[in-house]
Amino acid sequence: MTTPSQARAQSAQPVPPAPARPRGRGHLPPLSRWAAFALILLGAVLTVAPFYYMFVFASLDRAEIFQLPPPAWFGDNAAQNYGALLERTPFWRNLWNSLYLAVLTTVFTLFFCTLGGFGFAMYSFKGREALFGLLLATMLIPSTLNIVPYALIMQALGWIDQPRALWVPGMASAFGIFLMRQYIGSSIPRELVEAARIDGATEFGIFRRVIVPLCGPAMATLGLVTFVQSWNAFLGPLIIFRSAETYTAPLALRTLQGLANTDWGALMLGVALTVLPLLVLFALASRQLIEGLTAGATKG
Amino acid sequence: MTPSVSSPPQGRRAGGWSEFQRRYAPYLFISPFFLLFFAFGLFPILFNAYLSFMEWQPGTGLGDMKFVGLRNYTDNLTDPAFWQSLKNTAILALLSGLPQHLLAIPLAFAVAGVLKRMQHLVTAVYFLPYITSIVAISVIFFTLFSWQYGVINAALVSLHQLPLIGGLFPAEKINWLGQKEYVQPAIALVVIWRYVGWNMLLYLAGIQSIPKELYEAASVDGATGGQQFRFITLPLLRPTMFMAVTLSLIGGFQLFEEPFILTNGSGGAGQAGLTTIMYMYRTYAQYSDAGVAAAMSWLLFAVIGVLTFLNNRAFGRSGLAGRD
Repeated sequence: MTTPSQARAQSAQPVPPAPARPRGRGHLPPLSRWAAFALILLGAVLTVAPFYYMFVFASLDRAEIFQLPPPAWFGDNAAQNYGALLERTPFWRNLWNSLYLAVLTTVFTLFFCTLGGFGFAMYSFKGREALFGLLLATMLIPSTLNIVPYALIMQALGWIDQPRALWVPGMASAFGIFLMRQYIGSSIPRELVEAARIDGATEFGIFRRVIVPLCGPAMATLGLVTFVQSWNAFLGPLIIFRSAETYTAPLALRTLQGLANTDWGALMLGVALTVLPLLVLFALASRQLIEGLTAGATKG
Repeated sequence: MTPSVSSPPQGRRAGGWSEFQRRYAPYLFISPFFLLFFAFGLFPILFNAYLSFMEWQPGTGLGDMKFVGLRNYTDNLTDPAFWQSLKNTAILALLSGLPQHLLAIPLAFAVAGVLKRMQHLVTAVYFLPYITSIVAISVIFFTLFSWQYGVINAALVSLHQLPLIGGLFPAEKINWLGQKEYVQPAIALVVIWRYVGWNMLLYLAGIQSIPKELYEAASVDGATGGQQFRFITLPLLRPTMFMAVTLSLIGGFQLFEEPFILTNGSGGAGQAGLTTIMYMYRTYAQYSDAGVAAAMSWLLFAVIGVLTFLNNRAFGRSGLAGRD
C-alpha cells in the first residue's frame, strides 16, 4: 500500500511535465471531476431535503406549513402537534405494535434461518439440491398472487386484528436461509462441526454451541434487514388490522392522512417519530444494512 | 478421548441414537421454512387459482362458493377500469423505472471515480430513502407536492427565474396531485427518489468489479471522463443493468404504496394513479369480490411473466453474448 503522498512523489519523479495527478482513483480529468462532484452533491441534497422538511413541518402548525413562501426553518409548535397527534390516535401504542411485530419476526427469522442455513450448508442429504432449488424458486413468486388468499385465510383462521397473522408467516424467509447458508458454508470450517460431533455433541448442540456463536456478523445483517422490512410493512398490516388500537405506525399515519381536515403538523410529527428509529439504526449499522439489503441482488 | 474406554454396549447405543439424529437432523432443520411455505405460500396460491374460477363474497360462508368457469377472467378483460389500471401501471413502471437507471449509472460512475474516503458516507446518504417507510415518504411528498403552497412548486417557479436554464422549469405552479396529467409524474418522482440510491449501489458494485487498469490505460491515452464512461463502464455494466432493470420491472408492476398514499387511496384525478394492485385491493376490500380479485392477480402475474421473459430475451442473452 502506498499513501497518496508517496504515490504523488513517485509519479512526480519519472515524468516532469505531467500535471499533478488527482487523488482518489485518479483516472478522471479535472473538468469531469468537478462535474462528478457537482452531480453527487446535487443528488445528496435532493435526497436529504424531504427528511429535512419532515422535521421542519413536525414543528409547525397547519397554517405555517402551507404559507408562502414555504417555511424553511423550524417553528415552536412541536408540543401542540404532539398533543394533537395523541388526541387522534394512540400513537405510542401504534409504535409499540410496530416494535412488537418487528422484534418477534426478527427473532424467529434469525432462529429458523440460521438453523435452515446450517442444514443446507453443513449436511449432505437426499434431495438437498432439489429442496434448495425449490427454496430459491420461491423467491421468484411475485407477492401479487398471495394478497387476496392471504386475507381470506387469515379471516378464516380468525387472525384478523392479531399480530400473529403477520409474524407467523414471517418466521422464516427463503432469502434469510440463502444468506445464512452462504455465510456458514464459506466461513465456518467443517472440521469444527466434525470435532464437536466426536466430542459427543448432538446435532442441535452443534448448532447452538458451534454455529450460532460464529454467525454473529451474518445474523446481524439478516436481523437488521428483517427488522427494517417488518417495521416498514404496510400492505400486510392494512389487510389484517382493523382497529386503531392494533394499528402499526405506518397504518396510523395512513389513517391520520385520510381524515377530513388533516392536522398536517401532527401527522408530520408522527411521520418523524416513525422514521427516526430507523434513521438511528441506520446511523449505527449502515454497512450491515446496505450489505444485507443489496445481498439478494448482488450475490444472487 | 479417554472416556471411549468405557463399556462398549453403551457406546453402541449412543452410536445408534447419534446416527439416527444425525441422519434426520438436516430435514428437521430445514423443515420450518418448508412448512411455512406450504401453509402460507403454496396453499394460498393454489387456493387463489381455485378462487379465480369461483364467485364468492367473503362475508358469507364457504358453502356459497359457486363455480363460474372463466367468467371472472372475462369480467376483468371487459372491464375498462382493469385496462386503465394496467395502462397506468405500465406507464408508471416506465416513467419511474427508466429515469432511475439513467440517473443511477452516471451517479455510480461519479462516486466510483472521485470519492475515496467519503464513499461510504455518500452511499449511505443515497441509501436513506430505501430504508424509510414508503408510507412516511409518501406522506412527506404529499405535502411537498401541495399545489399553491408546496415546496416543490416554489422551488420550480424560482428556478424558472434563473437566466439561461430558467426555460427548463415551469413558470406556473403545477397541480401535481389534482390534475390528471400530473398524477403519474408525481408518483413516478417519489418512486425515482426512493430507488435511485438503491440502483446506484448495485451499479457501484458492478463498476468496482471492472479492472482499474482499463481506466488507467484509457487515461494515459487521453480519454476524457465521458469517453471512459461511454466505452468502458457502460459495456461492462451490462450484466448489472440486466439484473437491476429486471428488479425494477418486477417491482414497478406491483406498485401499490406510493400511489395509494399519494392519491389518498382514491386513485387520484381521473383515476390516473390507480395501479392494478390497488384495483385488485379495492375489488377485494371494497367490492368484496374475491373471485374477480383473484383472477386479476393471475392476469397481472401473466403480464409480469411475459415482460420478464421478453426482458430476458432482449437483454439477458445479448448481454451474455456481448461479454464473450
